[in-house]
Amino acid sequence: MSNEKHHIVPYRTYIFVLLALIVLTFISIAITHIELADYTVAGALILASVKTFLVLTFFMHLKFDKPYMRIMVGFVLAVFLAVIIITFLDYYYR
Amino acid sequence: MEQTMIHHDSHYDPEASKIGMWLFIFTELLLFGGLFIIYSVYRFMNPDAFHLAAKELDTTIGAINTIILLVSSMTVAMATSAIQNKNIKLTQILLGITVVLAIVFLVNKYFEWSAKFDHGIFPGSEHLINDMSKGEILFFGLYFVMTGLHALHIIIGMAFIIFVMVFVAKKKVHPERYALLENSGLYWHLVDVIWIFLFPLFYLIT
Amino acid sequence: MQTATQIPTDVSFLEYRKYKGIFNWILSTDHKRIGLMYLYSMMTLFFVGVALGLAMKLELIAPGKTIMDAQDYNAVFTVHGVIMIFMIVIPGLPAVFGNFLLPIMIGAKDVAFPKLNLLSWYIYILGALLVIASVLFGNGTPDTGWTFYAPYSFKSGTNLLPAIFGAFVLGFSSILTGLNFIVTIHRMRAPGMTWLKMPLFPWSLYGTAWIQLLATPVVGITLLLIILERVFGIGVFDPALGGDPILYQHLFWIYSHPAVYVMILPAMGAISEIIPTFTQKHIFGYKAIIGSTLAIAFVGYFVWGHHMFTSGMSGTAQYTFSILTFLVAIPSAIKVFNWISTMYKGSISLQTPFYWAASFIFIFMIGGLSGLVLGALATDIYVHDTAFVVAHFHFIVFGGVGFSFFGAIHYWFPKIWGRMYDTKWANTGWLVFSIGFLALYSPMFYLGMQGMPRRYYDYLEEFHAANILSTLGSWVMTFGLVIIVINLVRSAKHGPKAEMNPWNGKTLEWTVPSPPPVENFEEIPVYGEKDGPYEY
Repeated sequence: MSNEKHHIVPYRTYIFVLLALIVLTFISIAITHIELADYTVAGALILASVKTFLVLTFFMHLKFDKPYMRIMVGFVLAVFLAVIIITFLDYYYR
Repeated sequence: MEQTMIHHDSHYDPEASKIGMWLFIFTELLLFGGLFIIYSVYRFMNPDAFHLAAKELDTTIGAINTIILLVSSMTVAMATSAIQNKNIKLTQILLGITVVLAIVFLVNKYFEWSAKFDHGIFPGSEHLINDMSKGEILFFGLYFVMTGLHALHIIIGMAFIIFVMVFVAKKKVHPERYALLENSGLYWHLVDVIWIFLFPLFYLIT
Repeated sequence: MQTATQIPTDVSFLEYRKYKGIFNWILSTDHKRIGLMYLYSMMTLFFVGVALGLAMKLELIAPGKTIMDAQDYNAVFTVHGVIMIFMIVIPGLPAVFGNFLLPIMIGAKDVAFPKLNLLSWYIYILGALLVIASVLFGNGTPDTGWTFYAPYSFKSGTNLLPAIFGAFVLGFSSILTGLNFIVTIHRMRAPGMTWLKMPLFPWSLYGTAWIQLLATPVVGITLLLIILERVFGIGVFDPALGGDPILYQHLFWIYSHPAVYVMILPAMGAISEIIPTFTQKHIFGYKAIIGSTLAIAFVGYFVWGHHMFTSGMSGTAQYTFSILTFLVAIPSAIKVFNWISTMYKGSISLQTPFYWAASFIFIFMIGGLSGLVLGALATDIYVHDTAFVVAHFHFIVFGGVGFSFFGAIHYWFPKIWGRMYDTKWANTGWLVFSIGFLALYSPMFYLGMQGMPRRYYDYLEEFHAANILSTLGSWVMTFGLVIIVINLVRSAKHGPKAEMNPWNGKTLEWTVPSPPPVENFEEIPVYGEKDGPYEY
C-alpha cells in the first residue's frame, strides 16, 4: 500500500478549480441581488453545494482516493440531510 | 476488496491516518451541522427578520474573505503536490502563503466583529434586546456563534499548518512520509467548506 | 510501538514493566491496560451512582420526606443520571471490553492510534472530574436532570456550567474511541479475515463507533450552546429572546437516542459471543445479526422524536417518529430469534456467563416490549413521564447493558486476569442480583400505569406498597452486586490459574495465553479459506 504510487495532482488542475470556485462565488453574489423571492436561498445553496463538491473532489482528493472513502462521505452527508428533513417534519407541519 | 492490502507494519500507515482524519472531519461536519439545523429552523420561523438582519452585514468583506479562503485552500492542496514532487522549498512557500492568508482572514473578521460591537450589536446587548425583533436577536446570536466557532477552527487549522512547516523543516515530514501534511490540508479544506455555506447564509440572503 | 522487537512475547501484559509503579498504567499505550484503566475508573464511579440510586429508593420507601427534601432529591437524580449515562453505560462496553478485546479478536497487536487511545482515557477522566467539581463546588448541585432541558438549564441557579462542560468533554472521549475503532477495523484485521469473517463483537463495535462519531458532535454543539446561553445570553433556546426550547429537545435527542444504541449494541455483541461458546455451536444467522446491528445503528439515528411526543411537536412528526420507532423493534427481534435458534440443539453448558446471557434475553425482551408501549402515540401520552418510563429504560439500560456487562466480565475474566473466579459465588451473585433487579424495577411498571410521576420525591399513599417492594429490591440487588464484585476482585488476585481456553471458544482471543502478552500475538494469525469465528 505505502509502496503504491500516489497520484500527483498537477498544479494547473488546482488553478482551474480555484478559478471555477471564484466564478461560482461571483455568480452567487449576483443572483442574490436579483429578486427571486423564495428561490434566492435555494439558488445560493445549490451554488454552495456545487462549490463544496469541487472542493471535496479535487482539493480533498476524493477523486483520487479509493471508492469506499467516497461512499463514507456520501453516507454521512445523506444522514445529515435526513436529520434535517425529519426535523422539518415537525416545524413545517406545526 | 481490502484485505489484500492490509499490512502489519504498524509503524506508518498513511491510509489509516487518512481515514482517521476523514472520520474526524465527519464529526466536525456534524458539529456545525447542529448549528445549521438551528439556523434553518429559525430562518424558517422568522424569514423577514433574518432578511432584515442580514442587511447589516457587509457583503464585500464576506466576499473578500471567501476568496481568501478559496485561495488558501488551493495553496495548501498544491503543497501536497509540491512535496510529492520533492520540491521542499515550494512546499514551505505554499504553506507559508496559506498561513498568511489565514491571518488576513482573521484580521478581517476582527474588524467586522468590532464594527458590530461599535454599533451595539453583540449577544445580550441592550440595543439588540430593546430595539430589535426576536428573529434579529436569533440571527445575530447565530452569526456570532457560527462565525466565532469557524474562526476558532481557522486558528486550529493554522496551528496545524505551522506545525507541519516546522516538521518539514526538521525533515520529519518528507516526500516519503507526508501524511501529516495531507491531513492538515484536509482539515483546512473542511474549514473552507464550512465557510462556503456560512457566506451565502449570512451575507447573501438579503 | 517503535521498539516492537524489544518487547518480550512470553511476558503477560500485566507483568510487563516499562515504567515504575502507577506510571506503568497511566503512561501505557497498551490497549489492554487502557481497557482496564477504564474498568477501574468506571467501577469507582459506578459505586457513586449506585449509592445515589439507593438514596433515591430509600427516600421513596415512604410518602413525604424520608431522608432528603425535594431539592436534594432533584440533585441526586441529576447526578445519578449524569454519572450513570455519560460515564458508565455509554462508554461501558466499548471502552472496557472493546479496548481490551477488539485488537485481539481481529488479530492485531494494538488499536490503530494507541496514543490517541490513551488520550481518550485522560479526556474521560477530565470530564468525570468536571462533573464531580460541579457537585463539590459552587452554589448548589445541578438539579435539571441528566437531560439539561432548556430553558431551565440556563435559568437554574445551581452550578451547572462544569457539569455541562463535563458532559461535552466526555462526548469528545467517546468520539475519539469510536474513531480509533473504525480505523482499527478497517486497516488492521488479520490477513484473510474478511469483513464477513469478523466476529460479532467487533461488528457491533463498528456499528457503535459510527453512531459515536456521527451523533456525539450534535450534542456537543448543543451543550456548548447552553453554556453560551448561560454566559452570554445568545437567545438560541430562550423563548424570551425568540428561541425555541423544543429545538433543544430535538438536538439533544438526536444524540441521546442513538446513544442508547451506543449502549445496547456492544451489549448485544457480547451476548452474540457468549451464546455460541456455551452452546458449542455456530451462531445462527451470522449475517442476519450483522445486518440487524447495522440496521439498528442506522434506523436508531432517526427515532429521537419519540422522547418528545408530549412536547407539542407537529402531528406529522409524531406519526413518523412512532413508525420509525416500531421499525427498530424488527432488527432487535431478529437478534433475539437468532440467539434462541443458536441454543436450539446446541450442547448448552450452564455456566455463569451463560446465565447472564440468558437472563439478558429475558430482561431485554421485557424492556423492549415495554418500549413499544412508549413508542405508540396513544399509550405514550398516558404513561409519559411516569415511573413506567423509568422502569422501561432501566430494563434496557441497566438490565440490557448491565447484564451483558456482567456476562462479559465473567466470560472474559480468565482471559483478562489469567485466573478463574469461584463459580458458586458467581452464580449466587447472579441469582441474588437478578431477583433484586426484578423486584426493584417491575413495581415501577405498575406504579407508572397507576399514574405515579417520575422525578418526584413524594407520592400518594396508594403507591406505598409497590414502592416498599421496589426499595427492598434495591437492597437485594445491591447485595448481589457486592457478592459479584467481592468474588471477582478476590479471584483476580487469588483465584486458581486459568487455562488459555477454558470455555473452548473459537474466536482469536482464545488462541493467545491468559493473560495475553504485551503485543498479543507472537505471530499475526492468518485466516484461511475455511476458518471462521464460530467453526465448532
